Parts: sequence; C-alpha cells; structure tokens
Amino acid sequence: MNTPAPRRRPTDAAHDDETRFDRLTSRAVRRRSIGLLRDLLRPHVRLLVWAAVLVSASSAAQVAGPWLVSLAIDVALPALPGDVVPLAAVGGAYLAAAVLAGVAIGTYRRVAARIAQNVLLDLRRRVFRQTQRLSLEFHESYTSGRIISRQTSDLEALRELLDGGLVGVISSLLVMLFTAVGLTVLDPVSGLVLMTGFLPAWFLMRWFRKHSQAAYREQRTWSARLIVKFVETMTGIRAVQAFNREATTEAEYDRIGQAYRDANLRIFGINGRFAPGLLLIGNVTVVVALAVGGWRVLEGTLAVGVLVAVLLYVKRFFAPIQQIAMFYNAFQSAAAALEKVSGLLAEEPTVVEPAEPVDLPAPRGELRLEGVRFAYGDGPVVLPGLDLTIPAGQTVALVGTTGAGKSTIAKLVTRFYDATDGRVLVDGVDIRDIASPVLRRNVVMVTQEAYLFSGSVAENIALGRPDATREEIEAAARAVGAHEFVTRLPEGYDTEVNKRGGRVSAGQRQLLSFARAFLADPTVLVLDEATSSLDLPGERLVQRGLQTLLADRTAIIIAHRLSTVEIADRVLVLEHGQVLEDGSPDELVSHGGRFAALNAAWQDSLV
Amino acid sequence: MPSTPAGSTLSTFASIRRLHPYVRSAIPPLAGGLLSALGASLAALAIPHVLQYVVDGPLARGVATHDWTGLAWSVVLVLAFGLAEVGLVALRRNLVMFPGTRVEHAMRMAMFRHLQDLPAAFHDRWPGGQLLSRVMADLGLLRRWLVFGLLQLVLNVCTIAVGVGVLVATAGWLGLVYLAGALPVVVIVFRFSRRYRVISRRSQDQSGDLANTVEESVHGIRVLKAFGRGSDALHSFTGQADTLRRTELHKAGVDARLMAALTLIPELTLGVCLVLGVWLTGTEQMTVGDLVLFFATTAVVGGPVVDLGMSLSMTINARSAVDRYFEVMETAPELTDPERPVALPADSRGHVALRDVAFAYPDAGHPDRAVLRHVDLDLPAGTTTALVGLTGSGKSTLAMLVPRIYDVTGGQVLLDDVDVRDLARHDLRRHVAVAFEDPTLFSASVRDNVLLGVPESGPGAVGEAERDRRMHEALEVAQAGFVHDLPDGVDTRIGEEGLSLSGGQRQRLALARAIAARPRVLVLDDPLSALDVTTEEAVTRRLAQVLHGTTTLVIAHRPSTVALADRVAVLEDGRITAVGAHSELLATSAHYRHVISSLEEDYVSHDHPGSAVTPADEEVSA
Repeated sequence: MNTPAPRRRPTDAAHDDETRFDRLTSRAVRRRSIGLLRDLLRPHVRLLVWAAVLVSASSAAQVAGPWLVSLAIDVALPALPGDVVPLAAVGGAYLAAAVLAGVAIGTYRRVAARIAQNVLLDLRRRVFRQTQRLSLEFHESYTSGRIISRQTSDLEALRELLDGGLVGVISSLLVMLFTAVGLTVLDPVSGLVLMTGFLPAWFLMRWFRKHSQAAYREQRTWSARLIVKFVETMTGIRAVQAFNREATTEAEYDRIGQAYRDANLRIFGINGRFAPGLLLIGNVTVVVALAVGGWRVLEGTLAVGVLVAVLLYVKRFFAPIQQIAMFYNAFQSAAAALEKVSGLLAEEPTVVEPAEPVDLPAPRGELRLEGVRFAYGDGPVVLPGLDLTIPAGQTVALVGTTGAGKSTIAKLVTRFYDATDGRVLVDGVDIRDIASPVLRRNVVMVTQEAYLFSGSVAENIALGRPDATREEIEAAARAVGAHEFVTRLPEGYDTEVNKRGGRVSAGQRQLLSFARAFLADPTVLVLDEATSSLDLPGERLVQRGLQTLLADRTAIIIAHRLSTVEIADRVLVLEHGQVLEDGSPDELVSHGGRFAALNAAWQDSLV
Repeated sequence: MPSTPAGSTLSTFASIRRLHPYVRSAIPPLAGGLLSALGASLAALAIPHVLQYVVDGPLARGVATHDWTGLAWSVVLVLAFGLAEVGLVALRRNLVMFPGTRVEHAMRMAMFRHLQDLPAAFHDRWPGGQLLSRVMADLGLLRRWLVFGLLQLVLNVCTIAVGVGVLVATAGWLGLVYLAGALPVVVIVFRFSRRYRVISRRSQDQSGDLANTVEESVHGIRVLKAFGRGSDALHSFTGQADTLRRTELHKAGVDARLMAALTLIPELTLGVCLVLGVWLTGTEQMTVGDLVLFFATTAVVGGPVVDLGMSLSMTINARSAVDRYFEVMETAPELTDPERPVALPADSRGHVALRDVAFAYPDAGHPDRAVLRHVDLDLPAGTTTALVGLTGSGKSTLAMLVPRIYDVTGGQVLLDDVDVRDLARHDLRRHVAVAFEDPTLFSASVRDNVLLGVPESGPGAVGEAERDRRMHEALEVAQAGFVHDLPDGVDTRIGEEGLSLSGGQRQRLALARAIAARPRVLVLDDPLSALDVTTEEAVTRRLAQVLHGTTTLVIAHRPSTVALADRVAVLEDGRITAVGAHSELLATSAHYRHVISSLEEDYVSHDHPGSAVTPADEEVSA
C-alpha cells in the first residue's frame, strides 16, 4: 500500500503485504509460522503416531505381497501336489496381508482427516477469537477482505498440507532411512555413492526453499488482494452499477488476477525445476551406482548378486522422492500462509484487558473523564485535555460540528479506544481495570451504522441479550416503535433479514438496533447518531421510549437533530475537543450562546 | 439461493463438459501433457527392465570376458531412460502449467463480469461468502484438478484398462479371476461417486457459509464490540465450523472406505489368484514363468488402482466446484440491456415519469406484499421533487427504479418518454446519478471516489482540467472541505484500505460524487441525514443553486431537506397519495403533516400511544 499512514498503523498489519524480507525478518517470520504449526499439532501427537503406525503397517502389508509370491513359488509349489499346507499357509498369509493393508489404509485416512479437521477447527477459532479481540484501531487498517482471506484461502493451504500426507511423508522418510542403512551395511561403497547423490539434493532443496518461500509469500499476498477487491466490489455493487464502474473495476480485478496467476505460474516454474531435479538426481545416482558397481563386478571385487541388491536398494531409496517433493511444496505453501495467519494472531490489541480486573458489583453509572487527551495515532490531537463528570442517571447531549470530538468521547467511554493521557472512570473505577464482559454489560453504544447479521429479526434484536425470551424481544421492539413494521414483514419476527438488511430500510435498521440496546438494558447508554435515518414520527416514538429508558440511567447522546437533544438533562457544546457551553437546554437557550443559535435555526426549520 | 442446484442432475461427465468453452484452447497442451506423462511412466517402468537386462546380459557375460563396452553401453542405456523420464516429467509440468492457470483466470474473470452484470436483486439473495468461495476456493480446486487430477485420472484408468486387458488376454483363468475381482470395484466406485458427490457439494457449500459468517463478523465488528458479543459470535461460529468439520470427517470416512476397498479387493483377488496359480502350476497347466509374468503385471496395475481413489475424489470435488460455478454463471440476469437499445434524444432534458408502477421483491410471495402499487409520478425536467413518507414506505425502492438498480414489476418508468428498459443500462446510468443512503466509498483516493461517475473515456468524458474543476465544485457544494485537511488532501486514500471517515464525512463525499457526475437526473436518498444543522444548512443552500436545471428526486425525512424541493410527493403504503408544494400539502395532507411536522407530536403521543398511524392517514388513503 502506498498510503502514507496518517495514523499509527498497529504493529505488523502494514507489513502484511511484504513479500521480500531481509534475512533476519524472514527467519523470524518463518520461525513464528513453524512455531504456530507445532503448537497446533502438539495436542495431536498421539494421533499422529497412531497414523504413522497405520500407514507404515499398510505399506508393510503391501510390500509383503511380492515376498509371499516368491515364497509360494519357492516353497509351496515344490511341495505340491503332496502337501497343500504350505500353499494354504502362504495363501492365508496373503489374504491376511490384504485385509491388513486395506483396513490400515482406510483407518489411516480417517485418522489423518481427524487430525487435519481438528487442527483446522482450532485455528479457525483462534483466528476468529483474535479478530474479535483486536481493537477497532486494528480493524480500521487491516480491512475485512484480508481477515476473510486469512480465514479462507490461507487456511486452505494448511489443509492441503495436512491432507496431503503430512503423516505419509514420515513413513516415506523412514523407508528412505532404512534403505540407506541397509545399503550401507550391504555395501559401504555404494552407500557412499548414495551419500554423494544426497549432496546435490540438499542444495536443490535449499534453492527450492529460498525461491518458493518468496513465491508463496507473493501468492498469498496477491490472493488476499484478490479477495479484498472482490469483497469490496460485491459489497458496493449498487454504487458500482449506478456509476457505470463495471469496466474500470473489471480492469482492476483483472490486473490483480493476472498478478495472482503470474505468482502461481512462478510457483509452478520453481516446482517444475525442483521435482524433475530431484528425479534427475535419483536417476543419475542409479546410473552412477550401476557404473561403479558394474566396474567393480568386472574387476571381480563385487558379486553380481550383490550388485542386483544394490541397484534395487538405490532405486527404492529414490522411489518416494516425488512424494517428498510434493510434501515439501505443500509445506512451503502452508508455511507462507501460516506466516500471514500467525502475523494476525501475534497482533496485540491496543485496548488491553486488565491483568487484575475490578468488578462493578453495584453499578450506578457515574462517568468521569480526568485530564483526557486523545489523538488517533500520530494524528492531530482531538481532545487536548478534557475534564468532565456525568453524575449517575444524567442524560447528556453532546453538540458541536464534525471534528469537535463528540464521537471520540463516545469511543473513549465505551473503550473502543483508550485515552492517550488521563483517565476515564466509571463509578470511580478506571475503565482500563474493568474486564470487558463487565464493561460491555454496563456500557453499551448504538451507532449510526446499524449492522444486521443474517438471521431472523428476533435473533438480531436478541444480540442485545442472547438469553432474552420472545416476549422480552417483542417488548423491546414495542418500546422503540419497531413492532409495527416487524409484524408487517412476511414472517414477522422470524423473517430473515437479507444480506446487509437488504429488505429493511435504513430507518428500520436503526429501530432494530435501538431495540437491541433496549434489550441490553445497560447502566450507561451511548447513542452516536443513532436516529439519523429515522423519520420524524419514528423519532418521536424512539424519544418517548428513550424517556422511559433513560429515566434512571446515564446516557450520552450525540445527535445532529436537536429534537433528540430536548430530552437531555444537560447539554455540552463542544468545539475542538473543549467544552464551550455546559448547562440544561433551557439554561443554554436563555444564555444566548452557540446552543441558543443552533436551537433557533432548528426551530426555524420545523413546520 | 435456488433449492435445486444447477447441474446437480447431470452426470459428472456432462457437468464437467460445460467447461469446454473455457478449456478449448487448453486442450492441445493438456493432451500433450498427458502424452508426456504416459511417456514418463513408460520410461520409469522401463528402467528396472533395463537394469535386469543389463545385469543378466552384458554384465553377467562381462564378468567372464571383462567386457567394458558392454558395461558402458548399459550405463548409457540406463542414463538415457533416466534422462528421458526427467525430460518428460519436466515437459509435462511445463505443458500443463500455462493452460491450467489461464483457464482459472479466464473463468474467474468471466464470473466477476457476470456478477457485476447481475442486478442488485441477485446480490440481495446471495451472501457474499458464497460468491467468494466460488470465485476463489472452487476455481483453485479446478485449477489443481486440470493440471494434476485430470491427467492422473486418465493415466490411471488407461493403465488399469490396458493392464486388465493384457491379463485377461494372456493369463487365462487367472486373468478371468482378476477381472471378476474388478467387478465389485466398479460397483463400489460408482456407489462411492454418488455418495461422495453429495457430501463434497455439502462441504463446499458449508465452507461458503462459513466464509459468509466471517465476513459478517468483520463487517459487524462495531456492533459485536459495542454489545460485548464477541464470545457469543465465537460460540456460534464454532458451531458452524464444527458442522463443517463433521461434514469433512464424513467425507473422509466415505473416502476411507473407498481407499480400503481399492486396496483390499485387488489384494484379496491376488491372494486367490496366488493359490489358484500355484495349484495350476503344480498340476502343470501353467508354467512358473507365466505365474511370474502374471504377478509382475498385476504389480503394475496395483499402484494405479490405489491412486484411482485419490484422483476420483479429486474429480468429484472438481465437479462440485464446476456445479457451484455454473450455478452462478447460469443465473440469467433478470435485468438486461434491450436487444435494440434506443438512444436518448440529443435534446433530452431529463423528464422522468412513473406510470402505474408496481414493484414487489422477487421472493415477496404474496402479491399483497408488493412494495409499490399503482405509482404515478412526474418529475418535470429541471425540477426538484422531494419524496416523503414513513420509513419503510418504499421511498428508496422507488428511487432505485429510475437508474434500474431494480426493474419495475408492473407499469413503466419513462425518461423523456422512453421506457428506461429500452435504454442501454450504461447509457441510462450515465444520465442518472445516485447518492445512496448507505454511502459506499471505495478504497481509492478522495479524487477517484468523487469522480467515480465521470467517465475517463468514451461518451461524456472530459479533460483533466474539467475533471479537477468538477471535483472541487462538488466538494465545495457538499461542504466537504475537510478533505483538504487530510494528510494528502484529495489524494488521500480512503475507504476500507485507507483512512476511515465519519458517517457525516462519508455522506458528504457520496453527495459530492453524485453532483460531480453532472447527470440529467439526480437521485438523492436522504443525503443529509448525518449532517449537523449548520453543515446541512450550508449544503442545502449551495445544493439548491447547483440543482437548478437538473431533474432531482430527493428522499427527505426532514423539513430542512424538503426545502430543497420545488414540490413534494407523499408516498404512503406503496402509493403516491399527494403531490404539491410543501405549504400546500401541510394544509391538505394529514399524512404529510404527520410525517414531516413536529407539531403533530402532541396528537400522536397523547391520543394514540404506540401507534404510528393516525386516523387522519386513513382518511387520506381511503
């Protein structure tokens, strides 16, 4: 991204798109990624061992086949026709081996899937929980598309590694190891030849790791960008269509898609050299073993029989090499994906949970701001130093132009952000010392953007209090005047609100989100432009509801419409983060200051 | 989403054949890749034979005669086959990688294009996560199948067919027994395909739903945080993810059974063959050589039979991906350009007329649920009309009919006497600009966001200087001077990937965008709701000047917004019940007074608590 960040970008999020790191960073990032993988697999060690046993048993049973055939020919056949016992024994053994091989491979597949799916579920939960835990500040720069790509395509890469023979590779490696040992014992010289073949293989692996790491990082980054662009376009499809932007958007998507395709091609290219390269090394080693062995046979220092065995061993040693190459490739892909995921998981929320939380046993709802200074990151200071006390039960309206700091106060009181300096206290307790479930139960904010989740109307209201009964949900809807329109929906409270509340108008959405707050029944309620899209009758109903609701609780109301302000006990006129006027609406009107002027303008606009 | 997924009734082959237009150009290289793969397998198979020949022939003779040339030739031969295998493998990889990725990209672009073409009604129905999983995960799956799974499947089937053919032709009784063993395998494979298909489809659908939940949890993060519902969201997400996990495990279970069967049955058959073969040999109906040959050949077939399981499940997964892809692609846009679009007259002034318009959402079911009924409304050219009505009365829906974000279900919308459905959408939308009530900003600079509706090329395009002028004027009218205080002024990147702005700021930019497009018809959906009184006043004053000469429909909730308009139309229960000047309507329409006037307050709150509909309303609508 080439945006010069006006705000402090929370830690790693901005570097998320980097693909080429210096050596040190690269190592650290890789270590973090492998560490996460290890951490995810740790609880499944027993299952992993069991899977390895199963896959080894299955291969052993399958390998036993040819041996049993030779046994049949060498032992059982000569015994015929007199003695059928050896034939029966060998035949029986063959059938047993077949059953073992089949059952073991089937069970292995199941166990491997269980490991993979458990790991994925674990990781999905971790990422989800982390997403919910991180502060708003993080979300404002990370973008939803990137989180979605972490949860979908990055996890897919890990799944491929787990499904694609994480365990199978162990048995392959074991086979290779045993073969190498067997060969060396049989004929040390040939063992040496095999070791020599190992050397270029090691260099090739190193080359592959270096290049595929960068390529996979690039692929992950472009894949995320592709997702970001897609999500943004589909979310804003009405605007795209209304402004004839289809061609431009398509060109942009095409550009990213091509970059993604090229990244994939680069990976294919690297792989297209790596896999045949390993094969080449294997085949050449066989040739060298043949040449050296053949020479020694001709010299008379090696028996032909031994050479046959040597060649079989060498060939078998390299047989699983394609599988290893595929595994290593999947591993690099998953590691690059886990780099991104572990980066997200390593983010620390800027709003930190208290180490020793203080409870609010009998919350009253007194709010106090002491010398609160606030700036978004390195940006300009929004609140230079605010002292403010709101007694329990008071309804305060914040009035002022855009940028006066109204919403900032709301975000500080609800702890969406922490103050740069100074303290925010609820009932005398610093809100940084209150555990977030306690804080959220007592301090609730309703914002202008009334987001509805897919699900029924009732479920959306119940977000305010998940254990609410249907009666309570309907009572909340009635209290804010949402009941009428809800009952007119095709299935009333059980109507599914479509994507982004498609069928529910903006005003109705605000009513539903008000009903949520009603249901939540908090000690302190913060309303940030929560009625902007309501029509006047709707607003009147909400206000009537509010008067009941706010009678005994603390409230901060931010509204451009002074009609909402009328129900306040006290009005604060803000400018540049400072309180210009402070008093009851009537006092301020008679005082003849800024609020009086605003009020006059508003009265004029009414009919 | 449709209840019967497209293509679910097709056979796997017929389903995948739909890819033909996309893969046509990729077929020759894919076929070449297949041949290379075949060649590579043959070379690989040849190497042990050559080794055996070398050891038995030249080498065995060489010991006696010290035949160095014999050895040298053998080494060269093995090397040649080894190199041939490597070369063919490399060739295969190079042949398939370009077509594979190209097909993926082409299909992705085709889907993106189609999705942009599909109307808002489609996007209302389809959750974003489902579309995303189709365009990313499913197409990725398809790419891997094209470059890997397809070749593998063809190779496996060919090897098995040839191998079994050879066995039946050469091995007599043993061959027939082996063939008999193949029969249950065929049955099992078919039954597997049927069952696996259902589960594979289910798992892909569920991961799409999961992606959707993730998307919502991020888009709705503010709400979840405000109510401290993070752990509830995690709980329900876990439930959903666990459902997917169970499906995946079920899928793996079915797969495991196939793998077990594909290992077990051939091996069991071989066990029977072994006993039978040894007995036949013992009774001299067969030679040891025949027996060895039989088992050597079955060894060649054995590997592909086991691999068949993997390539089959991969193919079925790819098939589900293809179904899911075409399910979207075969959704015909219900809102299209006419076959012969009419051009707007050059002297078109922007007279909009709604004639007996009805609108119901496609899934509304009952005709009583229509949002709009018998709407007649004229927006005379160059005038500003305010549309007033209760929230949920259908104002936004009505407004969206003009630029054809939705199409009427009855009656017609006319622009300068031309039905908007007879115009090309691009042509229509070039003349109609909208400021939506949800101000959508894109991740781009302020400049690009404001100039979104000003084409850079083609009809209506203007020069750089004019673009700049329009932007500044639009920003000024919308009172969006705050952009000059942003770190890079109008070049500051905003939207999701840039600076986040407040609701009021976003709304002003969305307004500026609509103004900058200089349309003949302007649709403003409650454009000032998030502005404070002072700003609103300033915007209204300037807007009234700019709107002069532009046909404007402005949805209003407040008298201050109505003040922009020359006339007001009242929308009530899906019908226009009154049109007139503001003062006139105040006098004549009780419903209008109820909606727009604060003086009604006492009446409502005292006499009809809890009711938003006054008796006076019913008089009007009756």
